[in-house]
Amino acid sequence: MQKGIDKMEINAVYVLWLRDIKRFIRAKSRIIGILMMPLFFLLGLGLGLGSLIHLSTGGSYLDFIVPGIIGMSLLFTAVSSGTAVLWDRQFGFLKEILVTPNSRISIVIGRILGGASTALIQSVIVILISILIGFNIHMSPALILAPVFMALIAATFIGLGLTLGSFISDFQGFQLVTSFFTMPLFFLSNGIFPISVLPQFVKYITYANPLTYGIDGLRITLSGSGTFSIWTDLAAMLISTAIMIALSAYAFKKTDVG
Amino acid sequence: MHFGTGFSMDEAIKVNSLVMQFGKFRAVDGISFSVNKGEIFGLLGPNGAGKTTTIKMLTTLLKPTSGNAYVAGFDIVRDSNNVRKNIGIVFQDPSLDDELTGRENLDFHAILYNIEKNQRDKKISQILKLIELEDKADDLVKNYSGGMKRRLEIGRGLIHEPKVLFLDEPTIGLDAQTRRHIWDYIKKLNSVHKITIILTTHYIEEADYLADRVAFVDHGKIVALDTPRALKDKLGGDIISMQVQTGLASLEKGLKPLKWIKAASTHDGRIDLTVDEGEHQIPRLILIAEKHNATISSIELHKPSLEDVFLHYTGKNIRDEEGEGWKGRIRAMHAKRNR
Ligand SMILES: Nc1ncnc2c1ncn2[C@@H]1O[C@H](COP(=O)(O)OP(=O)(O)OP(=O)(O)O)[C@@H](O)[C@H]1O
Ligand SMILES: [Mg+2]
Repeated sequence: MQKGIDKMEINAVYVLWLRDIKRFIRAKSRIIGILMMPLFFLLGLGLGLGSLIHLSTGGSYLDFIVPGIIGMSLLFTAVSSGTAVLWDRQFGFLKEILVTPNSRISIVIGRILGGASTALIQSVIVILISILIGFNIHMSPALILAPVFMALIAATFIGLGLTLGSFISDFQGFQLVTSFFTMPLFFLSNGIFPISVLPQFVKYITYANPLTYGIDGLRITLSGSGTFSIWTDLAAMLISTAIMIALSAYAFKKTDVG
Repeated sequence: MHFGTGFSMDEAIKVNSLVMQFGKFRAVDGISFSVNKGEIFGLLGPNGAGKTTTIKMLTTLLKPTSGNAYVAGFDIVRDSNNVRKNIGIVFQDPSLDDELTGRENLDFHAILYNIEKNQRDKKISQILKLIELEDKADDLVKNYSGGMKRRLEIGRGLIHEPKVLFLDEPTIGLDAQTRRHIWDYIKKLNSVHKITIILTTHYIEEADYLADRVAFVDHGKIVALDTPRALKDKLGGDIISMQVQTGLASLEKGLKPLKWIKAASTHDGRIDLTVDEGEHQIPRLILIAEKHNATISSIELHKPSLEDVFLHYTGKNIRDEEGEGWKGRIRAMHAKRNR
């Protein structure tokens, strides 16, 4: 009996993951859409602004900013993936999911895995383009942890998106609220400048922001240097992911099918 | 298992004073009924009566404001996950993923209900055949017509053969032929697979054809509940309506002593009679008319339908577009006499 239940939960995770992948592959225009923003940032910040900036920490600004841009694009696509809940509610598919005998947490995990997988594909494309325009990827064994950080950043903020999507049912409101979250999350992180240049009280805010550890982890694994230790980054991201999964499962339980 | 007060093993569903309050508005106002195992139970009522809201509570999608209910032996609030394990539902509103194909929608559903791969493929091809979507199975649902989507939706609800199946206006928007197919399949699920079925509908014929018992819902309350036969019988019989050209008065006089005529009334040259088994009385009436030298220009027989039953209890029609003219008058007659 217990085994049967576990199997069902795995099934739910698998179905929701597979659904995201299928939808991602089919929506060609969406793939291009989510690549546009990181590309503009790469060109504008990485090349444009980068030619003016000389980091006190040494190294090129492009090498510094690429992990930041990846973190940013993960943040934005992840949070906006919460609109999937709104669409599912709109089209009634939410009812179909919620009436099946699967725990809310496996539904949420399936969605997060689906979103994280597509975010990973997106990030790899951004990295490849960055390399083309001059990003020096740091070859080391730590590189294998880069996708782990990407997945954890995606998971944390998909969790945020799903939580918001569970409580907000109108699209405009959702967009407003998510930008209220994403802008500060991005600008109050180490995404575009090193923490060391920030005033003390802003530093504290960035320390409380999971994105900071995610991007730091990406810097260590992709560019070869960061602020914290890789284990600090990893631990922080694992904790934030766990918290956000729990929170979104709770929110999903409370959501109205419309 | 939790067995609440008065829950019996023969009951698939037991509902006790269920209430759903939306703000100041009571969509469901203290509904109680029970559905026996193996029964097909119909909920009939006009738009906004609270049928869908009741179904949503019973399928754990809405938490009742008060009252309680057991489905397949489990409390819908305290034990909702076990309720979900034992039910299937076809929603009134669309609930498909239209960026997936029809087959994928079915397949995902079957996986969510833990049906093994080989079983799944077999079931899915059976279902696709039933809903006649075999050749469209691999098209994206967004390219389906409304009726095709509806069929897919029904097919999906049937795949996992639940203990209790909820059908919220299952055949709405389908053509007559498909509707027939679906009805027969619903009957088969019920009789062969012993699935208890609770359905809501606007189609009187649907409730009449399928349901073992029917509950009429109006303004969130059940106003009548019985077998279709018993409900109709309560209305007192068939109505024969004769248009009389000449000899009205003598015919009236001739009909008066007849015991098998339960009631009679005359308006504008038309005599309305209440009788049992009206089809057998028509020949007799013709003979009587001849005997009294009355000429009849037309005879109509009206057998009471569930629509009349509804009118009788609520004073209105289930679908308000009906009820004008002759039919309306006859129905009003039923309603008045039996009130
Ligand atoms: N979430 C909600 N918030 C507020 N009112 C609601 C909500 N859901 C339903 N209602 C109201 O409750 C009443 C009953 O709705 P319900 O959908 O149960 O009716 P129904 O009997 O299924 O009608 P129909 O035959 O049109 O499907 C309606 O007046 C509807 O407007
Ligand atoms: Mg309804």
